Amino acid sequence: MIEVKNLTKKYGRITAVDGITFNVDKGSIVGFLGPNGAGKTTTLKILTCYHPATSGRATIAGFDVLTQSLDVRRNIGYMPESPGVYPEMKVREFLKFRAALREIPLLKRKTAIGRVAELCGLSTPENMMRRNLGELSRGYKQRVALADALLHSPPVLILDEPTSGLDPAQIRSMRELILSLGVDHTIILSSHILAEVEQTCGRLIVIAGGRIAASGTPDELRKSVVGPSRILVEIKGKRKEVIETLKNLPGADGVEIKSIGQWRRASIRFTDGGDHRAEIARAIHNKGWAIRELRDQAGSLEDFFVHVTYEQNIETAGRPGQ
Amino acid sequence: MARREISGYFYSPVAYVIGALFLLASGVWFFHAIFRPGQPATLRPLFEAMAYIMVFATPLLTMRLVSEEFRSGTFETLVTAPVTDTQVILGKFLGVLVFYMLLLSCTGLYMALIAAFGKPDPGVAVMGYCGMLLLGAAFLAVGLFASTLTAHQAVAAVVGITILSVFAIIMQFLTLHAPPPWGQAAARLNAMTYFKDFARGMFDTRGVVFFVSSTAMFLFLSVKMLESRRWK
Repeated sequence: MIEVKNLTKKYGRITAVDGITFNVDKGSIVGFLGPNGAGKTTTLKILTCYHPATSGRATIAGFDVLTQSLDVRRNIGYMPESPGVYPEMKVREFLKFRAALREIPLLKRKTAIGRVAELCGLSTPENMMRRNLGELSRGYKQRVALADALLHSPPVLILDEPTSGLDPAQIRSMRELILSLGVDHTIILSSHILAEVEQTCGRLIVIAGGRIAASGTPDELRKSVVGPSRILVEIKGKRKEVIETLKNLPGADGVEIKSIGQWRRASIRFTDGGDHRAEIARAIHNKGWAIRELRDQAGSLEDFFVHVTYEQNIETAGRPGQ
Repeated sequence: MARREISGYFYSPVAYVIGALFLLASGVWFFHAIFRPGQPATLRPLFEAMAYIMVFATPLLTMRLVSEEFRSGTFETLVTAPVTDTQVILGKFLGVLVFYMLLLSCTGLYMALIAAFGKPDPGVAVMGYCGMLLLGAAFLAVGLFASTLTAHQAVAAVVGITILSVFAIIMQFLTLHAPPPWGQAAARLNAMTYFKDFARGMFDTRGVVFFVSSTAMFLFLSVKMLESRRWK
């Protein structure tokens, strides 16, 4: 549905996006992840036809973003990071205006507006549609922006930091909304918040320094962290004995331990990155200790993100033109 | 888009202030210069005065048209919808032109007052309003172009007033005082030369060509400015 090939964007001497290539399949939700300044928003602005690329090619629903810009814009719904509003317009008025811009036939506009208002939680409280856009809180402004993006039921949704500035309850409802929209739309969303993309996206593209650092499902990315693995265990036993036993496990490189009453919560580091849970379970069983947690702490997505973007930024700093 | 702009004007305090000042200035001028015993029953002095007022009023009316969209971030949402830059400019131009025509129609009251007490020449009145419309369209196009140059409304207003001052006030001064051939060259570029014919009740195609082509040129430049913004 979305194809990007060798996309590059330069602002004068600064290269914001450097030859990125990726595809987004129909019906998937892809998260575009990266630190601030990585090139996420620039890439999305190229896809929405707001800025042309310096070189490379991008197509959405088969239409080229440079040469078939109007067709692309008919097929996308875009929610920018900080949606601008006309403060004097009422919500309903604004959606009517946008419906007209999106070439929705006059007779179908009312239905479309009703549908998106319901979907984006704009139909309650009762008078929401009659309120001025300038009066709305940030959360509601973003809902209006999302409603605008959905008016014409586009096959592709492009959401730039859809939960930025929202409170936890709003973040949760936005996340649930995005998941429900994923059924009928292809979605690409950008974020620098890991927890959010982990829960909504089937696939992640990590971008740093204008280049793609990694791409895959959240699980794949987590597993690809190279380096020591950690196993977390919570057992009931004498502290000294627990430390001795765990330290002497084959491959164990260090143990961090915390006491919670009579229970010991230990994090054991293994240098070989393998899965040692079975051995640990056997060792605990042999000692006769009670156990209430045993899990693989290896390579959290946060570790992966920090590792990969750090590496990428070092490389970018060394590149000419940065 | 034109509809949105027009309703935007009715919410905008600046538009009401400009409108009120314009009507105040034209009203004062009308009662001082025209509506007195013994004066000829013509709006010509008023039209001429209004043309000069427009040099300042039209950029103030147009300054928010595109600048505000840049500043508030609505420009991005606007151009990521399936609309062309030309449609954006034409929609905004049409919106402000309609508002201008509404302002102008308020001066119809003066016409009615003259007709009640004298015998005005209808030809002069019609041509005068035609001239005001053509001049207004050209001035508004200049103001709209100035608005595409910046996200700051005040800068847009100043640039618009500067451009119009060159083509209306400075050229008028050169037409009257510069030696030939400069004086004649200035006359060709002077909006007031062409407008004065309309104010006198004369229909001159040169005036129509001047104002229509100026309007077209500045609208074209506005479209190009919008396009260029995206390439930065």
